[in-house]
Amino acid sequence: MQTEIVFAGFGGQGALFAGQIMAFTGMDAGLAVTWMPSYGPEMRGGTANCQVIISDEEIGSPLTRTPLAAVIMNLPSLDKFEDRIAPGGVMIVNSSLVNRQPTRTDVDWLMIPAQEIAESLGNRRLLNMVMLGALLQKLPVISIEALEKGLDVHLPERHRKFLKPNIEAIRQGAAFARGELTVEATPGANGHEPEVIPPTSV
Amino acid sequence: MTKELLEGNFAMAEAAVRAGCEAYFGYPITPQTEILEWMSHRMPELKRTFLQAESEVAAINMVYGAACTGTRVMSSSSSPGVSLMMEGLSYIAGTEVPVVLIDVVRGGPGLGNIAPAQSDYNQLNHGGGHGDYHQIVLAPASVQEAIDMTVLAFELAEKYRNIVVVMADGSVGQMMEPAELPEMRPVTRIQGDWPVTGNVGRPPRVLTSIYIDPPAEEVYNHKILNKWYDIQANEIRYKEYYLDDADFVVVGFGTAGRIALTSVRAARAEGIKVGLLRPITTSPFPFSQLDELSKRAQGMLVVEMNTGQMLDDVRLAAKGRLPVEFYGRPGGMMPFPDDILGEIRRLAHTPLTTEGDPRKRWMDRVRTGELMLR
Amino acid sequence: MDTPQTEVQTVYIRPASLSGTPTHYCPGCTHGIAHRLVAEVLDEMNVREQTIGVAPVGCSVFAYNYFNCDFVEAAHGRAPAMATGIKRVMPNHIVFTYQGDGDLASIGMSEIMHVAGRGENITVIFINNTIYGMTGGQMAPTTLPGQRTTSSPNGRDVETMGYPLHMAELLAQQPGAGYVVRRSLHDPKNIRQAKKAIRVAFEAQKRGLGFSLVELLSTCPTNWGVTPREALGWLEEHMIPVYPLQDFKVIPTLAELKF
Ligand SMILES: Cc1ncc(C[n+]2csc(CCOP(=O)(O)OP(=O)(O)O)c2C)c(N)n1
Ligand code: SF4
Repeated sequence: MQTEIVFAGFGGQGALFAGQIMAFTGMDAGLAVTWMPSYGPEMRGGTANCQVIISDEEIGSPLTRTPLAAVIMNLPSLDKFEDRIAPGGVMIVNSSLVNRQPTRTDVDWLMIPAQEIAESLGNRRLLNMVMLGALLQKLPVISIEALEKGLDVHLPERHRKFLKPNIEAIRQGAAFARGELTVEATPGANGHEPEVIPPTSV
Repeated sequence: MTKELLEGNFAMAEAAVRAGCEAYFGYPITPQTEILEWMSHRMPELKRTFLQAESEVAAINMVYGAACTGTRVMSSSSSPGVSLMMEGLSYIAGTEVPVVLIDVVRGGPGLGNIAPAQSDYNQLNHGGGHGDYHQIVLAPASVQEAIDMTVLAFELAEKYRNIVVVMADGSVGQMMEPAELPEMRPVTRIQGDWPVTGNVGRPPRVLTSIYIDPPAEEVYNHKILNKWYDIQANEIRYKEYYLDDADFVVVGFGTAGRIALTSVRAARAEGIKVGLLRPITTSPFPFSQLDELSKRAQGMLVVEMNTGQMLDDVRLAAKGRLPVEFYGRPGGMMPFPDDILGEIRRLAHTPLTTEGDPRKRWMDRVRTGELMLR
Repeated sequence: MDTPQTEVQTVYIRPASLSGTPTHYCPGCTHGIAHRLVAEVLDEMNVREQTIGVAPVGCSVFAYNYFNCDFVEAAHGRAPAMATGIKRVMPNHIVFTYQGDGDLASIGMSEIMHVAGRGENITVIFINNTIYGMTGGQMAPTTLPGQRTTSSPNGRDVETMGYPLHMAELLAQQPGAGYVVRRSLHDPKNIRQAKKAIRVAFEAQKRGLGFSLVELLSTCPTNWGVTPREALGWLEEHMIPVYPLQDFKVIPTLAELKF
């Protein structure tokens, strides 16, 4: 059994880190994992993304054309990945920044005002964890408890103080996905500034 | 030690540190700069030598100098930088000093791009600098292999007084996977009868690549060729998947090889009896293993992230006994598993020929649009 | 009441020698200013169509997209050699290279020294931002003592990593050099002076007066890890004391020219 998940957003939205936490947790569960970032030219097209694969056998390709799930943090990422999600897959979309709904009917998608939820927790940088929580609610490849433990073990020392808020963000994301939390996206309130990425390297 | 989630470039750098690499010389170039950056803080911390050279030309000659003293030394670079190192590598080969080089290959020719590619297979395995010499080339496909190959590279370099290149690509370099680093081994200097260390209590030694007398150069050429046969006899490494009952064989190294593994599994699920041979040493190349496979299989598919370089080696091994087909993505493109799956189906379900040029056939299919590049 | 008569005056347009393609440079990077100054000079001298530029490897690798004249792209550090090849077979054309400090002073040291030594009649625009911008902020030969970069994480230690190279001073020593100066791009006054120097450098080439080079102190806010405004201040405060803004070589014929 193999699960492939794409995490995609602007640089600075924490897509790569969310993928890493997922990979760490899969590793701790004794599974084979790969974490493959897009790097270089692609980063300039408005998306930084990574693919995480979790499997119970040696992983071949670290990339697949048709991942089973996607965590979509901005519009360019939705445009890029929507058609590629495998039928029956899962898509978590950040409605705070994405002003259209997915059109796929064969994919279980969820619009979540991740930024508003993160801000209600006092830190918009928690957006990635909110979305991760929602993802695991819909696609329980690993348990939310395991993910929380993964964070506890692998959060870099200098970010330790964010452990509690991170866990709270994951729980709120999951609660939203269960329909137990209602938060409205504030239209046009997305003051997110993409991070400056130096020119494509040669 | 337990597994950690490690990035390939970082893992190779730290593996070299733990393998007792005492000196590193390099120059920044994407997608391997993380190696240089890690070394820039790690080596001084351990009181070892790190120096950012003014160019790759200088870096490899610094490596050459340090290697002459019997010090475990390495450099790392990516394609355009490795091109600049070719002169130095030839001198190193002509002097028989052990050197390790990591090449995180990127798209080319020229400045190309920084995406993962395998386009320097010929340069590293068949070409390189001027003169008649061979270097050992190891092609890791995963972070764990990248670590193990880096450690092995130092061992083989010293065992044979030979250049060993770890031929990675941007994918192996940038990817994170669970892997285990080796124990830290102490730094030691080679105590042979050749390093130049000052002639205290012994006659002076000279390390040089000049054999001004053609007969002497001829003898040297014989010597390093015989050494190469030794290496061929002892150091060929590869990994086999599902080959026991395979009617069809996919051959791919490094990242292309591991992508093909996913395709092979999918084809097996469809009932196609296909297996995979993934060379780990691309030089020396597993000729005899492929020779054996070509006697019992019905067709081979070579998959590379270039326009068919290892293909020539596979054809040499197959000796025209069975049809060999080719599928490649050059220029920094990575194939997806379903691309290769389509080619495996074609191999299994359409009539094939041993005639003609498989590379040309592939190119024609791309040109005419029969083979869609997605 | 009469409507006031306003006279419409053009005060700012894009030079014809710039293509109009939006640059890929980071916000606040001075590469864009340097491009504009070169383009204005090519316009004023009316030599755009006789000009061949040589782009380096570095952040300005895509300079050819931004200039509206013929361009070639060199290997890392080799722009002066490529320019030599062009100039020798097109002696009446204006040939210039545009190079960063890694490109010119590290990997391309040999090429730049020899082009000056031969008095090759080309113009070099040398961007000194004390860092390798494109590859993500490693140490350059011009990195200041103590300056932190991703490959000198504890600051440049001159004991092991050497001292910054002063390229303008060094190249001015060559008898083949006709015009070698250093300017800065950190404020409007200095930018005007930089433009003047670029003009003189191209005039020197036009008159066959030998090798000409303008070193431009520049910023890299992204890899210095500061805001664009802070970067300008950092340049003034830290770079100018190490890299004085001077004329290092002006051959007499040039000194007499007035533009
Ligand atoms: C032979 C070779 N080595 C290394 C590189 C990678 N590389 C690209 S740009 C660059 C340094 C650029 O720095 P600089 O010249 O200071 O220009 P900046 O980016 O700061 O404008 C390097 C090392 C390369 N392209 N080719
Ligand atoms: S990385 Fe630095 S030099 Fe390069 S464009 Fe950005 S600010 Fe300019």
